Amino acid sequence: MNLRRTAAMSRKEFIQIRRDPRSLIIALFLPLIQILLLGYGARLDANHIPVYVLDQEGSQDSQALLKAFQASSYFDVVKVAKNYRALVKAIDADQCKLGIVIPWDFSKRLDDAGRTSVQAIVDGTDDNSAQLAEGYAQAVVETYASNMQLDWFGRYGLSQQAISPLSVDYRTWFNEDLESKNFIIPGTVALVMALMGALLSSLTIAREWERGTMEQLIATPVTAMEIMVGKLIPYLVIGLIDAVLCAVFAVGWFAVPFRGGLGAFFLATTLFLIVILGIGYMISVATKNQLGASQYALLVTLLPTTMLSGFAFPIDQMPAPIRAITYVVYSRYYVSALKRIFLSSAGISDLVPELVAMTIYAVVIGFFATRAFRKSLQ
Amino acid sequence: MFDRIWRMIVKEFRQLRRDKYARFWLTVPPILQMLIYGYAATFEVNHLQIAVIDFDHSQESRDLLSRFAFTGRFDVAETLPNEQALKSLIGRSDIPMALEIEPGFAELLRKGQTAHLQVIVDGTNSNTALIAVGYINQIADQFAQDYAGNRLNQMMPAIAASVPQISLEQRPWYNPDLNSQWFFVPGVIGSITLMMVVNLTAFAIVREREIGTLEQVMVTPIRPFELILGKTIPFFLVGLADVVLVAVVGTLWFQVPFRGNPLVLLLGVVLFLLSTLGVGLLISTLSSTQQQAFASGFFFLNPAFTLSGFAFPITSMPKAMQMITYLDPLRYFLVILRGTFLKGVGLGVLWPQMVALALLTSILLLISVARFRKSID
Repeated sequence: MNLRRTAAMSRKEFIQIRRDPRSLIIALFLPLIQILLLGYGARLDANHIPVYVLDQEGSQDSQALLKAFQASSYFDVVKVAKNYRALVKAIDADQCKLGIVIPWDFSKRLDDAGRTSVQAIVDGTDDNSAQLAEGYAQAVVETYASNMQLDWFGRYGLSQQAISPLSVDYRTWFNEDLESKNFIIPGTVALVMALMGALLSSLTIAREWERGTMEQLIATPVTAMEIMVGKLIPYLVIGLIDAVLCAVFAVGWFAVPFRGGLGAFFLATTLFLIVILGIGYMISVATKNQLGASQYALLVTLLPTTMLSGFAFPIDQMPAPIRAITYVVYSRYYVSALKRIFLSSAGISDLVPELVAMTIYAVVIGFFATRAFRKSLQ
Repeated sequence: MFDRIWRMIVKEFRQLRRDKYARFWLTVPPILQMLIYGYAATFEVNHLQIAVIDFDHSQESRDLLSRFAFTGRFDVAETLPNEQALKSLIGRSDIPMALEIEPGFAELLRKGQTAHLQVIVDGTNSNTALIAVGYINQIADQFAQDYAGNRLNQMMPAIAASVPQISLEQRPWYNPDLNSQWFFVPGVIGSITLMMVVNLTAFAIVREREIGTLEQVMVTPIRPFELILGKTIPFFLVGLADVVLVAVVGTLWFQVPFRGNPLVLLLGVVLFLLSTLGVGLLISTLSSTQQQAFASGFFFLNPAFTLSGFAFPITSMPKAMQMITYLDPLRYFLVILRGTFLKGVGLGVLWPQMVALALLTSILLLISVARFRKSID
C-alpha cells in the first residue's frame, strides 16, 4: 500500500464531499435528530400507569385502599368504573392497563376470617409493562396490609419486627435510579452510528460504479486496498464527528452520565466505524447497484442492531441458537462497550474482549472487502 | 384505461419474475427475520445469573437463598467466599446481581428483630433490574411471612390464625402467562412489512427514474394517474402476499393465538399497506438519486420503528413525543395487530385506529401522488 496514493484518493473523496454540501449537512444533522427522537421515545419506565378502579363494596376500608393507589406515583387513577362491564370495555379499548376490583365482601371477609383479597386485572398484551404494573400494585397492597397488621399487632403488644422480620436493602450500581434512559441512550448512539456508517459507505462505492467513474479509477495505478482505505478515511472522520455530537447530546441534553475514559470511547468508536464502513463497502462492491446495496444495508444494520445487540433486549435471555447469532452481530460489541463506558467508568483495559472482537471483525471485513473488489474487477 | 393499467401491472410482474434478487428479497429475509426476531425480542427475566455470599451459614439463610433458585427466575451461578470476590464481580455483565447475607442473620430473626438481605444490583439494564427486584421482593416477602407466621404460631397460637391479610389476585388478561412472544410476534409482522414495502417502493421508482426507463413509459399513451396505479398496485399485492406469509409463519411457529376477526385484520392490513406505499412514493418524489432515497428511507424508518410502541410503550414517552407518534402509521397498525391477535376485539374497539390510519393514508397518498404527478409531468 502506497501512502501517497492513498492520501490522494482520500483527498479526491474529501473534495467530492465538499462539493455536495447537502449530503454533508444531512450527515451531520441526521444523527442529531435521530438521537433526539430516540432519546425521548425509547423509554421503558412505567410511570403514571392508567388505572380504572371498581369499588363493589364502597366501605371505608375499600376507599382507604383505593386512596393508596391514588397516592402512588406509578399509577394514575383515571376513572372510577361503574360496573364490571365498563372495566372490561376500558381494558379492551386500551383506556387503562390495570383495573383494580375491590369485591363486595372485601371488609366482611376481613372481619370474619381475617383474610381478604383484591383483584388486579392487568392488560397482559404487553407482558413487560404488565409485569412492572403488577409489581407496583403488589407493593401498594402490601404496604397497606402491613400498616393494618401493625395496628392489629399493637393491640397484642407486638412490634413491627414481628410482622416484617426481613428487610431487603438494595445497593444499585451504575444506573442508581434504574432509569431506562441511561440504559437505552448509550445503545442509541450505537444505533445511530450503525445507520450513518452503512449509509455513508454503501453509497460511496455504488455511486462510482453506476456513474462509470470506477473504471476511470481502476485505470489509474491505485490498488484495490488503496482505493478502499482512501475512500473510507473521509467517512471515518465524518463518523467520528457524528459520534462526538451524539455523545455530547446524550450527556448534555439527556443527562446520561459519562464515567468512562475518552480514549476508550474513541478507540471503540473508531473500530466500530471501520467495521461498519467496511461492511457497507463490501456490500456495495458485491452488489454493484445501489438498490441491492441499500436492501442489504438495511437488512444488516437497522433490525439486527435494534434487536440482537443488547440495545434493549437482554442477550442472556435469548435462546442459545439466537445467542450464538448475536456474536456475529458486530453492533453487540459496540453497544456493550458504550454502555460500560457511559455508565461504569470503563477504560480501555476493561473493554479488552469487546475491542478485540471488533478488531478481528475489522481485519476480516477488510480482507473480504479487498478480495471482493479485486474479483469484481476481473 | 383499465386495459392500460392492466398491461402495466403485467409488465411489472414480469419484471419481478425475471429478477432473481427480488424473488429472494421478498421471501427469504422476511421469514428468517420473523423467526430470529420472534425469539430475540423478549423482556422476560428467567434464569438470571446471580452470585450469593452467605456469611451466616445458618438454616435460615440457606432457606432464604434456596428459595431464589427454586423459582426458576434466578440461577445461582457463583457462591462467593468473601467481600473481595464480590467487588471483583461488579461490572461483569454476565452476573448482574448478587445477594449477601451478613453474619448474625439467623440470630436477629430468632430474637424477633429485623434481619437484612443485601442485594447488589448492576443497574445498567434498568428494565431487567426492575423486573428482578420485583421477584426478589416477592420471594423475600414470602419468606418473611412464613417466618413471622411460624413464630407467632409458637408464641401465641390463639391469635396466629387471625392475623389480617390482604392478598392481590393478579389476573393478566389476553396473555395469562405473560409470554413475551405473544406481544412481539404481531409487532415483528408489522415492522418487517413496514421496512420492506417502504424501501421497495421508494427504490424501485427512483431507480427507474435514474436509469431512464420511467421516461420511456411516459412517452407511451399512458396517463400519469394510470402510471401511478400501474406502479403501486403490484407493490401493494406483493406487500399483501408478504404480510400473509410472515403472519402465517409467525403465528404457526410461535403459536400465537388469533382471536379476532380475520376481516378486521385484513382491513387494517390494506390501510397500512396503502400508507406504506404513500410513504415510499413520497420518499421517491423527494429524492432524485437512490442515495437520497436511501437516506430519507432510513430517516423515516428508524424512528417509525422505535416510536411505534413496538417495544417501548407510548404511554412512557413525554407528552410531546406521544404527539409525534400519531404521525406513525405503524403505531396504529400495531394496535390493530395486537387487538385482533390477542384481545380478539373488533371494529367496535378498533375504529379509532382504522379512522386515523385511513386519514393518515389519504393525506400521505394525496401529497405523494400530487408530487409524483408533478415530477413526471
